[in-house]
Amino acid sequence: MVKVVESPEGLEGQGFFATSLDKVIGLARANSIWPLPFATSCCGIEFMATMGANYDLARFGSERLSFTPRQTDLLMVMGTISKKMAPVLKQVYDQMAEPKWVLSVGACACSGGIFDTYSVLQGIDKVIPVDVYVPGCPPRPEQIIEGLMKIQELAKNESLRRRDTDEYAKMLESYNIEQAK
Amino acid sequence: MAFINENTNNSAVCSVDQYDMLNVNITADQLIDLVDVLKNKQGFIYLTDICAAHYPEKVGAEFEVIYHLHNLIENQRVRLKVALAESDINIPTLTVHFVGANWMERETFDFYGVNFVGHPDLRRILNMDDMDYHPLRKQYALEDETRTDKNDTFFGR
Amino acid sequence: MSELIIKSTGQMISTETIDGDIATLNLGPTHPATHGIFQNILKVDGERILSAEPTIGYIHRAFEKLAERRPYNQITPITDRLNYCSSPINNIGWHMTVEKLAGIEVPKRVDYMRVIVMELARIADHLVCNSVIGVDTGALTGFTYMFQEREKIYELYEEICGARLTTNLGRIGGFERDFNDIFHAKLNAFLKEFPVNFDEFDRLLTRNRIFMDRVIGAGPITAERAVEYSFSGPNLRAAGLDYDVRVMNPYSSYQDFDFSIPVGKDGDTYDRFVVRQEEIRQSLSIIRQALDKMPAGDFHANVPEFYLPPKEEVYRSMESLIYHFKIVMGETTIPAGEVYYSVEGANGELGYYLVSDGGRTPYRLHFRRPCFIYYQAYPEMIVDSVLSDAILTMSSMNVIAGELDA
Repeated sequence: MVKVVESPEGLEGQGFFATSLDKVIGLARANSIWPLPFATSCCGIEFMATMGANYDLARFGSERLSFTPRQTDLLMVMGTISKKMAPVLKQVYDQMAEPKWVLSVGACACSGGIFDTYSVLQGIDKVIPVDVYVPGCPPRPEQIIEGLMKIQELAKNESLRRRDTDEYAKMLESYNIEQAK
Repeated sequence: MAFINENTNNSAVCSVDQYDMLNVNITADQLIDLVDVLKNKQGFIYLTDICAAHYPEKVGAEFEVIYHLHNLIENQRVRLKVALAESDINIPTLTVHFVGANWMERETFDFYGVNFVGHPDLRRILNMDDMDYHPLRKQYALEDETRTDKNDTFFGR
Repeated sequence: MSELIIKSTGQMISTETIDGDIATLNLGPTHPATHGIFQNILKVDGERILSAEPTIGYIHRAFEKLAERRPYNQITPITDRLNYCSSPINNIGWHMTVEKLAGIEVPKRVDYMRVIVMELARIADHLVCNSVIGVDTGALTGFTYMFQEREKIYELYEEICGARLTTNLGRIGGFERDFNDIFHAKLNAFLKEFPVNFDEFDRLLTRNRIFMDRVIGAGPITAERAVEYSFSGPNLRAAGLDYDVRVMNPYSSYQDFDFSIPVGKDGDTYDRFVVRQEEIRQSLSIIRQALDKMPAGDFHANVPEFYLPPKEEVYRSMESLIYHFKIVMGETTIPAGEVYYSVEGANGELGYYLVSDGGRTPYRLHFRRPCFIYYQAYPEMIVDSVLSDAILTMSSMNVIAGELDA
């Protein structure tokens, strides 16, 4: 039994359907998120289990994982990010095209986790802006899926102009990220 | 196993048996000769591990480099311990005898600053290249002191 | 330029036979084929690899310094994160190290329970490695099917300790609870269904003409060279040397079990694949033997200084209350001494060098990580092969980044 996504409110008639543009685009974006699994450690193995047949992330539209940032919408950072890795993470984030979302999976990515040491970055939000945090060590696949569902809600309800606003630009500046014009 | 050490070395070599493993305390200059004999004549062809430890209260012998060797045929293990002073923290490299010693010595250098004389490429392996201190020495803290989001009073530090 | 010098080992390669330019290719820390984050800067002539410069440390989490801060029972969670595909082996190895230093004898039942759990972990790890070898050659189906089997193993772990992946399993002195009926039912179901599904995976790949042509000869290493590099585990056994810590220095009553050690010939990717397949079968046989011969008895040693007393005792007797307090606060001390203990992890000889000064935390704890040691040989194994074989070699060596960097 296949559940189809609900259509947004609009004016329906024979051969046409009128609704606002951002609802349609939000619907399309939310249900076809292509993630970039930036899996570094143990949470990466739980992600592999999430992609497997038991928990199946693909039914949320994330069938096609891409390891190249140029073709993805969602950066899923799973696992510990050390200070040596942080510039690489920032570079991957920079290479993604707007609109992009970041999902921080696992305690290490959210805040450094149990590794309060000299070599571990205490949370990826020190270098890139994060949209949804999924706590856990490692989080169960159901939690990762819930994180993805929250990203879907964000993608669905986002205004089309959000990435062009001053507020967004100011936020990116606070991370020292150059916004591509 | 004690007879092996009497035969292999003329100079004073202490060996203490603990938890069924033969411990041999030697100096840095005796290392290569002993490893030569152990590897080529006594059959200890497998280098299990190289690590180091820092004992700041033992002035004059602060650093200790520990080698574990294994004789796979007769199933014997031996632990060689070399004490080094902080002012003269040089020890010859084992990369000529065991190729696997390469990264093990780099890790020991990275963590403790032990200088392996003759190593083909002695640089940091696990930490960032621009780190200017050797983190596993006892005087350095575990945490990154510059972090702002953790309140140390809650963690009892 | 007629010679190229490999920086890390000082070897020189002659470049006179090269026709064209030498390209530098960055197989960077984030790459779909590197299962784990480590970098290789390759110098390639077309597709032929001339040299590789590995860089690791992208997930260095300072376990050894962290362990100097934590009491002995709190170190178990960080041992989980070494080889996270088979965490119970790391946990149990750590507990056995502490037991050796403290002089604790565990009952036979605990030994057999530990054997069952460790062999399940070994099966889980080898399933990941072999499925990933399949994925890197293009056979994605095996991955999907074998991860379903891993889910069954996760359910078994959940019955014992509550967690799926990073298990923090067992206690110093034994286990926190005995195997219950649900565990036995699930284990029996696993032992019945898994061999059928595993045979299907085996038929898909092991004698598959395309797979064999692809994988035979990729990344070979001779046994002598492997010993010089201090290889251990399936990689060494695939090269031809039958060194297995379970047989050489038996621990946890492994001497009671009858199993064989599969050994390969050329040390290439095909041998590593087949050795791991056979080890999965041997592990299944060990689990069956352990279940059949499981002795009755306690599931933990009688060491109140290390093992939490039952809650009813804590509420009634003074000594139990004090022991409970000391263990939870991490004030239990271990006698001074140093010990090196090793177990056969899924990747090889996983060793713990523990120095205690009689305090509540270790003075020095060093992990002898097999992945770190054998990954040094990677540049030598891929020289003169094509890039796609280099990827296969990397995944068949089962390099787990957590164990590489610690």
